[in-house]
Amino acid sequence: MLAFLLRRLVGLIVTVWLASLVVFTVLQLVPGDPALLMLGVNAQPDTLAALRGQMGLDQPILTRYLRWAGALLRGDLGVSLTYARPVAELVAERLAVTLPLALLSLALSTALALPLGLLAAARRGRGGDWAVLGFAQLGVSMPSFWIAILLILVFSLTLHWFPAGGFPGWSGGVGPALHALVLPALALALPEAAILTRVTRTAVLDTLGEDHVRTARAKGVGRAAVLLRHALPNALIPVATVLGLQISFLVAGAVVVENVFTLPGLGRLLYQAIGQRDLIVVQGVVVLLALFVVLVNALVDIACALVDPRPSAATKGASP
Amino acid sequence: MSTAKRRFTLAAVAAAFAHLALAAGSQAVMAQPRTDLVVGMALEPPHLDPTAGAAGAIKEVTYANLFEPLLRVDADGALIPGLAERWSVSEDGLTYRFSLRPNAKFHDGSAADSAAVKFTLDRARAADSVNAQKSYFAPIAQVDTPDPHTAVVTLSRPDGLFLIHMASGDAAIVGPGSAATNKRTPVGTGPFRFDRWVAGDRVVLVRNPDYDGVKPKLDRVTFRFISDPAAQVAALKAGDIDAFTLFSTYEALPEFRNDPRFTVMVGSTEGETILSTNNARKPFDDVRVRRAMAHAIDRKTLIEGVLYGNGVAIGSHFPPHREGYVDLTGMYPYDPAKAKALLAEAGYPNGFDTTLRLPPPPYARRGGELVAAMLAEVGIRARIEPVEWAAWLDKTFKGKDYDLTLIAHTEPLDIDIYARPDYYFNYRSERFNALNEELNRTQDAAKRNALYGEEQRVLAEDAVNGFLFMLPSVTVQKAGLAGMWVNRPIQANDVTAVSWK
Repeated sequence: MLAFLLRRLVGLIVTVWLASLVVFTVLQLVPGDPALLMLGVNAQPDTLAALRGQMGLDQPILTRYLRWAGALLRGDLGVSLTYARPVAELVAERLAVTLPLALLSLALSTALALPLGLLAAARRGRGGDWAVLGFAQLGVSMPSFWIAILLILVFSLTLHWFPAGGFPGWSGGVGPALHALVLPALALALPEAAILTRVTRTAVLDTLGEDHVRTARAKGVGRAAVLLRHALPNALIPVATVLGLQISFLVAGAVVVENVFTLPGLGRLLYQAIGQRDLIVVQGVVVLLALFVVLVNALVDIACALVDPRPSAATKGASP
Repeated sequence: MSTAKRRFTLAAVAAAFAHLALAAGSQAVMAQPRTDLVVGMALEPPHLDPTAGAAGAIKEVTYANLFEPLLRVDADGALIPGLAERWSVSEDGLTYRFSLRPNAKFHDGSAADSAAVKFTLDRARAADSVNAQKSYFAPIAQVDTPDPHTAVVTLSRPDGLFLIHMASGDAAIVGPGSAATNKRTPVGTGPFRFDRWVAGDRVVLVRNPDYDGVKPKLDRVTFRFISDPAAQVAALKAGDIDAFTLFSTYEALPEFRNDPRFTVMVGSTEGETILSTNNARKPFDDVRVRRAMAHAIDRKTLIEGVLYGNGVAIGSHFPPHREGYVDLTGMYPYDPAKAKALLAEAGYPNGFDTTLRLPPPPYARRGGELVAAMLAEVGIRARIEPVEWAAWLDKTFKGKDYDLTLIAHTEPLDIDIYARPDYYFNYRSERFNALNEELNRTQDAAKRNALYGEEQRVLAEDAVNGFLFMLPSVTVQKAGLAGMWVNRPIQANDVTAVSWK
């Protein structure tokens, strides 16, 4: 177990370092001078030079990388070129939107998927199963941005129950803030729930065919008890793996949904920073996201290894 | 695990619904006219210091509301008092005397006196200045402060545009003690002061109780930033915002016009939209080719297609609403046959291949498609190259490496860019430069307007660029709102005179 953890840790560090290198290099190749972007089409050459000096853009590339990477090791993400604020501060501010959004949609999708998947497995081949599979098929085929637009159309424009977008900030109170997050969370959750429903159904059906479940049945354990006590816990391993993968997708999906609902989340910060050539912000956010994804995957693997410590499962979890 | 999560979800949904019920209840009680305003804008300002960035959004939030220059531009484009109550110009046009409002204060309580004016102007023209319009301050030789309420600016050379430039957001008067932190916590002298900024979403301003001028009717103004066109329409229809300025989803306008809950205002901006042409590159160095292109473009169709009819054509680089405008739209009537003849005369009987680079704004992308189709009619095969804004600035504007591009130039009275030797049009004309120098020496309004007319004629005759149309200033707002600007003589959302009926 210790060797396994160590291996994961080394992999984690290498991945994040590679991500930082790739992102830094790519940003040097992409055209777009942040100073020029700030000064616009009436920029005078000497003003441009002065601003580039202030931004540190006149330094050689290697110096800039070493300086940035060095600060990164000390946990300092640098200062944004456009916003003139520490990147860590910007990220923290945006996480206060993205994190609750992701958690809310994760909770929503799990709350929808587990019962539906169980139901479908219990009613395999019958009407309930078909209904759930139909819902899942629909959910998988509808992209979240489209669901987002539908939700806005129904709940904001027609019923006026929820705002069509925007975020008042937590300083404006928890109620209004949650109010603004409900529709985006739903838009993110539905496609995820659809996938998760299918995974749950398949996983439960698989475990239902296993020996210990058959033994339990033979002993006369009731249907519901077999499902909940014997089939479900074992089915949770593949479900958790998919859930872990989905967290990465949630972050990507959040970029799209944050843009539809104009939520000031991390995804939108990244999107805008790319447009503004705010290299420091882009670098910082990408490295953080890489760290996050790698960390989540590692945690899922460790969780699986803990639930099912058989060595075969551990190696399966460790391979990428 | 899942039960706990489910419980959390239920709690969240319940909380949301409870809030909903409260909101519905409070709405029923409200009866008096509102004193708050939510203005929608497409772009978020990167920061809130108008003297340190070109982004139009900075001025749209801060101009006149938070920061005041010495002079201000009003809704009609006229110069009105700002921080200076009065001003006078010497005979030779070299000395400007500004008398400041005696009781003006910055929001932090410090005095907005002539020392602040001197500090502001000296800072903007210093060697390490990062003012986006540093050239506005270049003619200044020195700034004197004979007393706290008087600032005297001496120029090294006459500059006919000096007062107009001093009325821009870039010349907003800032305090010596707060200049360094204005980007995040702006401190100005205006009738509103900064309250909070929810990054990525909104900036909130509140009424400045200590303002020494005319007090605004609103006590709270929220600027919300919504870049996605569909989200803009949704926010308006859901009632989340009260007015959206520089609204550019023109295809949605008929819907808003037919809805009694909304008013649509279409005014003018300073945005000359042009088919920028690289005058130094073959075959565009031949005036006959440029004239052929001018004849090949059907502006009426273009305005229909791009702006859904909400815009006016131009024949040179000057807005029709300004004094000194000369209507030159008839100089090159839409005439594909004439265009082909001119091309043949220039040695291109079979036309030629070229590229048309398009930045992201919808007017450019959509306009570019139409222009390319029109040029193709006369044999000019333009390959469309969509690029993002940063790349456009780098390659096209700074690198001057392009054939054709389509862009709106939004600075007021920026016809002088044609006199710059290194500007990206690569245009050089002794005639134009001479006119521009004379304009700089001239104070008399009538003479200035005549000179502007001459300049417009020279540009049109040389067909420097394809002169297409003015970008409209479209505002969609709730019925019952009064005082929003119809026209946009300067990049600003001046809400100091806005009220609810």
